Amino acid sequence: MTSQIETQPDYNYAVVRQFTVMTIIWGIVGMGVGVLIAAQLIWPALNFDTPWLTYSRLRPLHTNAVIFAFGTCALMATSFYVVQRTCQTKLFGGPLAQVVFWGWQLVILSAAITLPLGYTTSKEYAELEWPIDILIAVVWVIYAIVFFGTIVKRKTSHIYVANWFFGGFIITVAVLHIVNSAAVPVAMMKSYSVYAGAVDAMVQWWYGHNAVGFLLTAGFLGMMYYFVPKQAGRPVYSYRLSIVHFWALTSVYIWAGPHHLHYTALPDWAQSLGMVMSLILFAPSWGGMINGIMTLSGAWHKLRYDPILRFLIVSLSFYGMSTFEGPMMAIKTVNALSHYTDWTVGHVHSGALGWVAMVSIGAVYHLIPNLFGQGAMYSTRLINVHFWLATVGTVLYIVAMWISGVMQGLMWRAVNSDGTLTYSFVESLQASYPFYFVRFLGGAIFLTGMLIMAYNAYKTIVAPKGSLQPEVQEA
Amino acid sequence: MDYGTFSGLYTGFLIVIFIGIIAWAYSSKRKASFEQAANLVFADDEQALKASAEDKNAGAK
Repeated sequence: MTSQIETQPDYNYAVVRQFTVMTIIWGIVGMGVGVLIAAQLIWPALNFDTPWLTYSRLRPLHTNAVIFAFGTCALMATSFYVVQRTCQTKLFGGPLAQVVFWGWQLVILSAAITLPLGYTTSKEYAELEWPIDILIAVVWVIYAIVFFGTIVKRKTSHIYVANWFFGGFIITVAVLHIVNSAAVPVAMMKSYSVYAGAVDAMVQWWYGHNAVGFLLTAGFLGMMYYFVPKQAGRPVYSYRLSIVHFWALTSVYIWAGPHHLHYTALPDWAQSLGMVMSLILFAPSWGGMINGIMTLSGAWHKLRYDPILRFLIVSLSFYGMSTFEGPMMAIKTVNALSHYTDWTVGHVHSGALGWVAMVSIGAVYHLIPNLFGQGAMYSTRLINVHFWLATVGTVLYIVAMWISGVMQGLMWRAVNSDGTLTYSFVESLQASYPFYFVRFLGGAIFLTGMLIMAYNAYKTIVAPKGSLQPEVQEA
Repeated sequence: MDYGTFSGLYTGFLIVIFIGIIAWAYSSKRKASFEQAANLVFADDEQALKASAEDKNAGAK
């Protein structure tokens, strides 16, 4: 540690450490709530007849916790780490970084209290009421000031591509949040959206899909562009492709939102536009995935003994899978089958567990030894165990939801020769039961992996500085 | 100019910009500086920083 202090330009690692540890903690909380509500779908008695524990209130708590607590803490940790190291300068703004950390924890805490109490704007992924929305906007602007301030005072001439993705994510999320949260407050914890009808729906899904596109994609691609080359020990496959990737992805993603509103009151042309833009989006998505995976070209053997690299590369495979599935589901005729079924839930989790969580986990395993003055994690074997639990958990989850979703879609649209529906809704629900159990199992396995990670991280942090060193591997 | 013509021209304008970005990114003039940029990920290692402090040419590729 002492040698690092001497040779490195005095980075602000304190805030990175805080966000990294909270990433693990909020990950366990958010996924734990997810497993609970998955269990409630099989055993409804698990809400214990308590309003605060009902599915309807815990579901937004789960989504907010995994996206804004787990995912965003991971993004804040990695963006603050990467921007300092690739700009070779300390974070801008001194104590402002701590304001971002504590402000963001306050946002999470307010969400964890108000959502179970039933306060909600009823906008998906934007459920938090207006006082919390204002707090989010303020903290986010400070986050942007710290991040871009660091880029402005950088010691390097070039702005590394990871910072472009982080920067795009920070700006876009600010715009999305402020526009979609515009509301008229009528009481301390009650407000009405300033938009009405189909316009409200369109603004909501412009926000919703770009939360996926910029928070859950661009931000994590920034992570990918630093940690994959770093862990693989070789520069990104094509830097030129990464530039085209950035501009193509950011300019196309913003148009894809209407695919959430196929066959609704949204004008037909807007639906078709959303579908076409979603299909085009396939190209930059796969360009980026290939760029990440091909970084390993000539060094594939590293996957054999480096489970951290395995997390990162497998996350890219899941990213490729879900960005193929997404455009396909945006085609109106496919959407007619998939919409409102479990297939959508499966698609989201193939992205959320397979891509977002796995790339974050890989980054956190890389970060912890570096942040706490160690040469390696406490146990590489446990990282490997975690890797297999995460992979098996994700696969069980998404396969169960695919089968259940396609089956629901087919059952709901089946008609008898006289035009009446073949199945009642309850019949389709009964048919889904076994798959709900498999989903619960997959989620529980994934959560177990997170607990193992917490143990491994704890043992690494409390170990005497510099006592953990990597096992020597042949090159 | 009606809205259809405007949006057609605007789409064409965006396509030209995008092709411009590709041409810029893939021009051979930029190759060397991009290679340097891609290696920024490794310039932050303690060894690399030490080496560049001792010998300014050590980091150049």
